Amino acid sequence: MESFVHVVILSMLVTTAIAIVRVKDLFAVTMLAGIYGLLSASFFVLMDAHDVAFTEAAVGAGISTLLVLTTLSMTGRFEKASVKPQTDYRPVLALVLVTVTGALLIYGTQDMPGFGTADAPVQTHVVPRYLNDSATEIGIPNVVASILASYRGYDTFGEVVVIFTAGIGVLAMIMSNTTKMPVVQTALMSDHVVLRIVSKMLIPLIMMFALYVQFHGEYGPGGGFQAGVIFASAFILYAMLFGLTAARKVVNNTLVQLLSALGVLLYGSVGVVAMINGGNFLDYNFLSDDPVAGQMLGILLVELGVGITVASVMIIIFFTFTARSQKEGEGD
Amino acid sequence: MIEHLSVLQVIIPLIAAPICLLLRKSQLAWAFATLVAFLTLAVSFALLSQVVQTGPVSYELGGWEAPWGIEYRVDMLNAPLLVLISAISSLALMASRTSIENEIPENRHTFFYIAWLLCMAGLLGITATGDAFNVFVFLEISSLATYTLIALGKDRRALWASFQYLVAGTIGATFILIGIGLMYVMTGTLNMADLAQRLPEVENTKTVFTAFAFLIVGVCMKLALFPLHLWLPNAYAFAPSIVTTFLAATATKVAVYVMIRFIFDVFGFEFSFTHFPLQEVLLTLGIAGIFVASVVAIYQDNLKRMLAYSSVAQVGYIILGISFASQTGIMATLLHMLNHGLMKGALFLALAAVVYRMGVAQLSQMHGIASRMPFTMAAFLIGGLSLIGVPLTVGFISKWYLVSAALENGWWPVAAVILLGSLLSVVYIWRVIEVAYFKPVSESTPDVKEAPAALLIPMWILVLANLYFGIETSLTVGVSEMAAADLFGGLR
Repeated sequence: MESFVHVVILSMLVTTAIAIVRVKDLFAVTMLAGIYGLLSASFFVLMDAHDVAFTEAAVGAGISTLLVLTTLSMTGRFEKASVKPQTDYRPVLALVLVTVTGALLIYGTQDMPGFGTADAPVQTHVVPRYLNDSATEIGIPNVVASILASYRGYDTFGEVVVIFTAGIGVLAMIMSNTTKMPVVQTALMSDHVVLRIVSKMLIPLIMMFALYVQFHGEYGPGGGFQAGVIFASAFILYAMLFGLTAARKVVNNTLVQLLSALGVLLYGSVGVVAMINGGNFLDYNFLSDDPVAGQMLGILLVELGVGITVASVMIIIFFTFTARSQKEGEGD
Repeated sequence: MIEHLSVLQVIIPLIAAPICLLLRKSQLAWAFATLVAFLTLAVSFALLSQVVQTGPVSYELGGWEAPWGIEYRVDMLNAPLLVLISAISSLALMASRTSIENEIPENRHTFFYIAWLLCMAGLLGITATGDAFNVFVFLEISSLATYTLIALGKDRRALWASFQYLVAGTIGATFILIGIGLMYVMTGTLNMADLAQRLPEVENTKTVFTAFAFLIVGVCMKLALFPLHLWLPNAYAFAPSIVTTFLAATATKVAVYVMIRFIFDVFGFEFSFTHFPLQEVLLTLGIAGIFVASVVAIYQDNLKRMLAYSSVAQVGYIILGISFASQTGIMATLLHMLNHGLMKGALFLALAAVVYRMGVAQLSQMHGIASRMPFTMAAFLIGGLSLIGVPLTVGFISKWYLVSAALENGWWPVAAVILLGSLLSVVYIWRVIEVAYFKPVSESTPDVKEAPAALLIPMWILVLANLYFGIETSLTVGVSEMAAADLFGGLR
C-alpha cells in the first residue's frame, strides 16, 4: 500500500515538473512550483523524515512562492514579446547533457543499499550513537534537533550564515539608491476585503504557531529555520494586505537589518562563550555546570539565533523587492 | 588560544561580517574588515608554523569527536593555502577602499565589505575543514558572496556575468552535493579521514563510481577547467577590479585544493587513477585549456578579460601537474597554485590601478601609458614576466618543476607543450608591454596620473613577493614538497 502511495506521489511530482517546464505563464509556474514543494513535503513525510518535510513545506510551498510572487509583481507574468525566441533553436546539447546526467544517477543507484534496510551503512556507523546516546548526552527527545544544533551544530551555523549572505546579496544588489521611501505606499492587495478580514484573524495565529515551532523544536519537528520562515510569512502577508508603510511601522529597514546580524551573532557568541569557558567552539557542555543543561541552553539559544536571522532575512528580501517594484511601479 | 587557531582562522571573518553590518558607516566597515583580514593573516601564519613544527592539527567542533561531529583538519596541504587566501585578502582589502571609489556606488560599500568577509570566510572554511559536508556548506557561503561581489561591477553586464556564474556554480555545487550524498549512502560517514578508511570496502560499486564522477565534474566546474570555464572570463572582466584580484588569486585555487583532497586523500590515489581514465582526461583537458585559452587571450582588447583567459590557461598547468600522477607532479601543482596566486594578484592589482585612473583597461587606450603610470606598469611588467616564467620570478620556479615532472614521466611532448604555452603567454604579455612602453602617447590616451599609494603599496608588496619567492624558494618549495610527500607517503 505504501509503495503504491509512493508511486502516485512521485508520478505527480514528475507531472508537475514537466508542467513547470512546458507552461509559459510565470504565475502558473509559481503555483506549480508551490505544488511541487507540497508534494515533496508529503513524500518526505512518507519516508518518515518529518523535519525535512516540515522545512520543505514551509520553504518550498510557503515562503519561496511568496517571494517569487513578489518578484512577478515587478517583472510581469509573461515574457516580453520583443525578445522573440528563435524558431530554429534546438537545445540538443542541453538535452543530451541532462539525459546523460540522469542516466548516470540511475546507474549510481544500482548498488545502493535498499531503502530502510537495517544493515545499510547509514544505519550502522554514526547513527547508532546519535539514537542511543543523544538522550543522555544532550537531553532532548528530538534526535534530529540534537544532530542539527549540537553534533553538527557548526554546519547549521554555516547555513545561518548562508541565509545572512543571501540577505546581504539582495541588499547590495537591489537596494534602491534613495534611502527615503515615498510616503504613500499602496498595498499590493488592499482592495480584497475578505482577504483582509480573514488575514487579520489568521496573522496572530500564524505568529503564535511560529513561536510554538521555534520553542518546540527540541521535542518535535521544527526549530529555528521553519519558525523563522513561518513568522516571516505572517509578516509578509500583513505587508501585502495593509501596505509596506504599515508594515514598516512595526519594523523598519534598519531594525530588520540589525536583527539579521544579531541572529548570526547570537549563534556565534554561544560558540565563543563556550571557548572562553574552556571548551571548543560551540561546545555547549561548557555553557553550564551541568553538561546536559548546557546543551539544552545552547540549543535553545542557537535555534533562537537561527529563527531571528531567517525571519529577518526573509523580511529584508520582501521589503527590498517591494520597495523596488513600487519605485518603478508605474508598470503594474 | 593556540589549540583554537584552526577554528579562529574561519570564525574571525565569519563573525566579523555581521558586526560590519552593525557598524553601518562604510569607512568604519573598511577599517574593521581590513583589521580582521590582517588578524586572520596572523592566525594563518601561526597555524602554518604550528603545522610545520608539530604535524597536522585537528579540532573537534562542538567538542564532538570526529565521525560524529565536524572536524577541522589543517596539514601541510591546506595550511599554505590558508596563508595565501588571508594574505591576498588583506592586501586587496587595503587597496579596496580606493579602488571601489569609482566602481561601486557609495551606499553599497558597507555591503561590499560584508560580502568580502563572507567570501573570505567561506574560502577559508572550505580549506580548513576535514568534513565533506562542511565543505559544501562553506562552498555555499563563498559562492553566494562571490555572486554578490561580481554583480556589484560598474558595467551592467556584471549582473549578467554574475547570473551566468550563479547558474554554472549552482550546477557545480549540486554535483558536489550529489557526490557527497552518494558517498554518505555507501559509508554512513561524512568525515574525510573516516571516508578514506571506509570507502575501500565499497569501492567497486557503481554508486561510488557515480559519486566520484559527480564530485570531480562539480569541482571542475568551480575551478574552471576547460571546457567548463565559460563562466569565468565574463565574471572576471565585469566584476569590480579589486574583486577580480581577490578571486583570481584565491577562488580557483581553493577548488583545485578540494579536487586534490578528494582524489588523493578521500578516494585515494589507487582508486582515482586505476578505476578511471582520470590521467588521460586531465592531461587532455589541461593541454587543451592551455592552448585554447592562451590563444584567445592574445586577441583580447579588455585586459581584465585577457588575464581571465590567462587564468584558464594557468588552471590548465595546475591540472597538468595532477595528471602526472607523480610526487613531483603534484608538488609542481601545489607550488604553481601558490605562485599563480602571487602573480595574478600583482597583475590584477596593476589593472585595478589602471581602471581606477582610466575607468577601463582597454589596450587600445593605453598607448604610452607607462610614461604616465610608471610604477603601475612596472608592476604589470614584472607580474607578466612571472606569468611567462622568466628566471628570478616565481613563475620560473613552478614551470621548472612542472617541466621536470613531465620529463620524469618521460613525457617530453608534454614538456614541450608547457614551453610552447609559455611562448603564447609571451605573446599576450608582450602586446601590453609594447603598447604601454614603446608606443608614443596618442590623443586617445587619457591624461592620467600615477595611481595613489593605497593601490601601489599592496601591488608592490605582491610584486616583491613574486621576486622574493622566485629567488629564495626554500619556503614555498619546502612546504609543497612536504605536502606532496604527505599525499603520497601518508596514504591511508
